[in-house]
Amino acid sequence: MSGVVVPIAWVLALAMGLSMYRVLAGPTIFDRLTGLSLIATKSIILLLLLGVLSEREDAFVDIALSYALISVVGVLTLAKYFERTEAPR
Amino acid sequence: MTDVVAGALLLGGLVFVLAGVVGILRLPDFYARLHATSKCDTLGLALMAAGVAVHTGPTLITVKVLLVVAFVAVVNTTVAHALGRAAYRSGLAPWTSAARRSQ
Repeated sequence: MSGVVVPIAWVLALAMGLSMYRVLAGPTIFDRLTGLSLIATKSIILLLLLGVLSEREDAFVDIALSYALISVVGVLTLAKYFERTEAPR
Repeated sequence: MTDVVAGALLLGGLVFVLAGVVGILRLPDFYARLHATSKCDTLGLALMAAGVAVHTGPTLITVKVLLVVAFVAVVNTTVAHALGRAAYRSGLAPWTSAARRSQ
């Protein structure tokens, strides 16, 4: 099983790096926030895969659950904040 | 057998996640990028978490993994809606054919 999981985890990490391009170069602030929420979702998947790799699913699933609960707050708050400003860069 | 099903689910989820990444890199407009990423990423996470759940077998961990999937399915759509609404209200014009002709 780990023979499949290790390459998948590497491809996911590469995909996180590619999403980082949109965070750095995105023309508007909303593009950057979209890239950030994409990276947050990918890190939840990566935490689950790390649990499979280290055979400690019980611990890593709790971390993934709490990260899924927390990671929303920042993006939602920033989206509500930038709603009132005029199309910032 | 379980490993084959789990590996197939993981690979299927990876295809969706990579489609979302291609979408956020290549599409021309913020709204199009938001459209591509939110759905692809939610379904990719659901499939890959299902793969992890199949691999671990029926325990309490499976329930927690399904809880992660349910929560992300609610939250990702909420974030996408909030971002699109905020962008539209702050005056970011969508990339339509009429907008391109007037340029």
